[in-house]
Amino acid sequence: MDGLIFDIAHLLAGGLVLVSFMMLYQDRLYALLNVYALHALVLALSVAWQAFAQDAPHLYVTALIALVFKAIIIPVALHRMIARLGIHREIETVVGIGPTMLAGMGLVALSMVVMLRVTAAADPMAREDLAFALAVVLLGLLMMVTRRNAVSQVVGFMSLENGLVLAATGARGMPLVVEISVAFSILIALIVIGIMLFRIRERFDTVDVHALDRFRGERR
Amino acid sequence: MISVAVLLSGVAVLLAAAVAAIALKHSPSVTRVIYGATLIVSLAIAATALHHLVSAAAAPSLIALPLGLPWVGAHFRLDALSSFFLFVVGSGSAASSLYGLGHGLHEKAPRRVLPFFPAFLAGMMLVILADDAFTFLLSWEFMSLASWALVMAHHHDRDNARAGYVYLVMASFGTLALILAFGLLAGAGGGYDFASIRAAEHTPHLDALVLALVLLGAGSKAGLVPLHVWLPLAHPAAPSHVSALMSGVMTKVAVYGFVRLIFDLLGEPTWWAGMIVLILGGITSVLGVLYALMQHDLKRLLAYHTVENIGIIFIGLGLALAFQANGMNWAAALALTAALFHVFNHALFKSLLFFGAGAVLAATGERDMERLGGLIHRMPYTSIAFLVGCVAISALPPLNGFVSEWLTFQAILQSPELPQWGLKIMVPAVGAMLALSAALAAACFVKAFGITFLGRARSSAAETAEEVDRFSLAAMFAFAGLCLLAGILPGFVIDGLAPVTQSLVTGRMPVQTEIPWFSIVPIAESRSSYNGLLVFVFIAISATLAVLAIHRFASHAVRRAPAWDCGWPDPSPETQYTAASFAQPIRRVYATYAFRAKETVEMPAPGDRRPAQLVVRLQDLVWDYLYEPIAGVVGLAAGRLNELQFLTIRRYLGLVFLALVSLLTVIALWT
Amino acid sequence: MIRDLLVQGVQMALVLILAPLLTGFVRKVKARLLRRQGASVVQPYRDLLRLLRKEAVVAENASWLFRTAPYLIFAATWVAAALVPTFATGLKFSWTADLIAIIALLASARFFLALAGMDIGTSFGGIGSSREVMIASLAEPAMIMIVFVLALVAGATQLSTIAEFMLSPEVGLRVSLGLALIALIIVAIAENGRIPVDNPATHLELTMVHEAMVLEYSGRHLAMIEFAAALKLLLYASLIACVFVPWGLAPAGAGIAALALGLVAYVAKLAGIGFLLAIFETSIAKMRVFRVPEFLGGALMLGLLGTLLLFVSRSL
Repeated sequence: MDGLIFDIAHLLAGGLVLVSFMMLYQDRLYALLNVYALHALVLALSVAWQAFAQDAPHLYVTALIALVFKAIIIPVALHRMIARLGIHREIETVVGIGPTMLAGMGLVALSMVVMLRVTAAADPMAREDLAFALAVVLLGLLMMVTRRNAVSQVVGFMSLENGLVLAATGARGMPLVVEISVAFSILIALIVIGIMLFRIRERFDTVDVHALDRFRGERR
Repeated sequence: MISVAVLLSGVAVLLAAAVAAIALKHSPSVTRVIYGATLIVSLAIAATALHHLVSAAAAPSLIALPLGLPWVGAHFRLDALSSFFLFVVGSGSAASSLYGLGHGLHEKAPRRVLPFFPAFLAGMMLVILADDAFTFLLSWEFMSLASWALVMAHHHDRDNARAGYVYLVMASFGTLALILAFGLLAGAGGGYDFASIRAAEHTPHLDALVLALVLLGAGSKAGLVPLHVWLPLAHPAAPSHVSALMSGVMTKVAVYGFVRLIFDLLGEPTWWAGMIVLILGGITSVLGVLYALMQHDLKRLLAYHTVENIGIIFIGLGLALAFQANGMNWAAALALTAALFHVFNHALFKSLLFFGAGAVLAATGERDMERLGGLIHRMPYTSIAFLVGCVAISALPPLNGFVSEWLTFQAILQSPELPQWGLKIMVPAVGAMLALSAALAAACFVKAFGITFLGRARSSAAETAEEVDRFSLAAMFAFAGLCLLAGILPGFVIDGLAPVTQSLVTGRMPVQTEIPWFSIVPIAESRSSYNGLLVFVFIAISATLAVLAIHRFASHAVRRAPAWDCGWPDPSPETQYTAASFAQPIRRVYATYAFRAKETVEMPAPGDRRPAQLVVRLQDLVWDYLYEPIAGVVGLAAGRLNELQFLTIRRYLGLVFLALVSLLTVIALWT
Repeated sequence: MIRDLLVQGVQMALVLILAPLLTGFVRKVKARLLRRQGASVVQPYRDLLRLLRKEAVVAENASWLFRTAPYLIFAATWVAAALVPTFATGLKFSWTADLIAIIALLASARFFLALAGMDIGTSFGGIGSSREVMIASLAEPAMIMIVFVLALVAGATQLSTIAEFMLSPEVGLRVSLGLALIALIIVAIAENGRIPVDNPATHLELTMVHEAMVLEYSGRHLAMIEFAAALKLLLYASLIACVFVPWGLAPAGAGIAALALGLVAYVAKLAGIGFLLAIFETSIAKMRVFRVPEFLGGALMLGLLGTLLLFVSRSL
């Protein structure tokens, strides 16, 4: 039974890493949003399973927050934003998809080496969770670095945050209050970013952040 | 004592042959005499080495001659490792001499080749026999210079002159690195014979430095990326049988140097040494084959492909180091066996392929694949031998190339038992690189064989080519036969390598020749096994069954008709796929990143009758970002130093005075 | 001894008999999904017989390689297909080649097919060969990474051992195996030239790969190549079946009843896989040829990721 509990936790956390890769692979904004929703869904499942495995009911609330906010509200909001901005076909990558995936692979390897070495004393489930969480965070960062479109940068940021939640649940330390406040701050961040996006768009006629650099007088 | 004396006298005969070649230069039969002599001597040397290798109990055979430095002398030694490499060098030399008996007659300037050829062979053999640093380095330099002279044989060609120059610079640089490595190994005490180096204690810092220097020295000779730049210039420039020797055999002498210094002399390795060698090997194998795919000069393609194979060998060596550092001697033995098996295989098929390229060159005068084609009709025997070489080098069963790559994969699969996380994760990644390079190698040789031998002739030279002489064919078929034999009976080679792994990593693979049906089983049959013989027999039987059944019960009628080509056959051979167009999909997928390939199409407007143009630009990043800056710095420094040539006498005296005073100050401070 | 040989012989004959049936079945299901009647499931046999009886038309400048390659391709593919466990594990000669060697045997077949495509010197042959090797250059490493995942999980590259391990309760739920399965499906699709990588039903389309290589073949030579293609499809189906749905496989030295059960299970598995393949093919559009590297690169990444994730579960 213990084996099965671990296996399912492993499956869900590994699935989260996989979905992060799927996000790196997408080249359409709508598809990216759908994958992001999937990312949040897998996160919710993973957190719920941790709640069951650790017998910690407050984690169910976390899972519910993840499900409602991240898998439904945020993707729908972004969906509408994109529709109003009329930019659904643009994902402009700085580097090609192949090298990005390779770099992502390197980051996963790196996070495993680091986490598994650092946490040698912790219990297996937490170790594995932390290693995957770090990988998800790094992949989110990678996505923000390699995309030019502001919306996909936002999605990268959100997936990064998902990784943090995964780490927090695995580490058994996060009180519910923190989680709720984080969730709300993310929501507020989303609103701010949304407003920003519209302003950028009004001013520069694009959401390609490359355009902003031009106005700062920098060369790329 | 006996064996090594026999071998040394063989080397002496080779050196005598080099002198005789100068003395007999006006004799009409000098080519036959010299190559005949080298053939016989090389065969004898290979046989002696093989005998020493398989007579398992044979103790190392030692001899010290009062030559060289007075207080060191010249030490020679024949142990399992050197007898294996001597066998590889001897058999490669023998085949190349046999090939030279026929091919050498096409040589326009035999006087520039004949004296250096036996000298080159002697140099390689002396490197392997040497048992002290001085003899080793002297032989190493002798080998380099003799091969340099052979590269410069056709020095009127501008490209060759440049190739010779780059080679000379890289060879000197490599020897310098080796001198420093030996200096560090011997330490301040300065025992320069290998026995006292082996006995000396080494600190970890020293180990790291020696590893770096040996990677620079032996790696530049072997062609590790990024030290490979001279190799694709120099190897094709030499006459073809010398190219075969340089690519197939001399790179193996460099591998020998690496194994001798790192595995034997340096003693117990550290795990990160394995990691560095592994990564270098992986990068070398992928980049080497990508470079090869972009070439359309047949010999240069083969030379670049040598770089890939060196990468595969170094992957095996790196694995062996990593396993040995963690005390997994059986796994280290598996990895080392794989690497040395690949050394043997590569010597076979790369020589064979260079012989084939030389035959094509002799028959058509062309190395450029874009001007060849359809040679399978004109040169049927050469094409069969070349095809065998292509299948073998592409690591396809049932030939030998597959066996060594299979063993390397088996060694890679032992990596989870390594304790270091970095290695655990790096080894499968290197495995992916190895798989990638194997698949690309198959693509590369489909291209090499398909464009050169298949299709329709692209030039009149290719259309009127004639089959080459019997000596050349004999050399090719001898090696093609060995490729097949080593592929279907690999157990004998593996068992032959057991004494070598026993002496280097104190472990060996299980005895293979006693397993029923000549299977090879690295660990246990339930885990992995491969049987080349049965695969070969099964394919032969099922193909024969299919042919017999169809010809007996169905139709065996054949009608010759014009090619169909979807209804639009074009008689012009220009419409065929060329070497560049064949590589286009791969170029687009990989070279965009690896070489920054850029394609520009100039399409004239409708009505404009100029032809459309496609321009492809490739950038060699290693050359542009590593060697150009170094060359720039060296040039700058040389420019500055040049001013020293134009000083007054007073200033020269001042410089001498300054040098003297500063040296004295150093001594004053030092002691 | 004789019984072992007999079972091995049955396996060799079985793959030969079932291969065209699987192809016919997939075609039939696809036709039904498109609301067409479709040809009978035995149509591939009829096609093969028809081709075998016809004379072979060979281009004037074809060499001996062009005429021998079909038999070599057929033989290599047949041997490879017969070495994958179908209804029983641990057959008499199952240790002849492990999974890596089976993949390499298929690579040998492809090597000769690509050469045969270039032999006549037509532009269609060249385009087919060059694209085939490009696809293979990504599919093969992806396949090796899948082998790594399986070998590291089961501790062996021997297919019989892997299948036995997958039957044991030690396997558990592993995300790596899921990744390997997806990667294997992608590789299988690419290697067999199915939609979305290549279209086996078309002849005159610029993106075609396999059909362009064999354009100059006719008569018995074409029959051999088509047969080899059918065998290859069967091989990948058996591979997926034996590794990921190993239930029903008869163990070494099993009785007649177990063997018969294994046979029934095998045919059922093939039918299931064929059905899924047909549904997948009907529901997706063909890719541009330069999208294929990304598709296969995805498989390579999945394989590599699977290997990496494996270390996490193993170490803990």
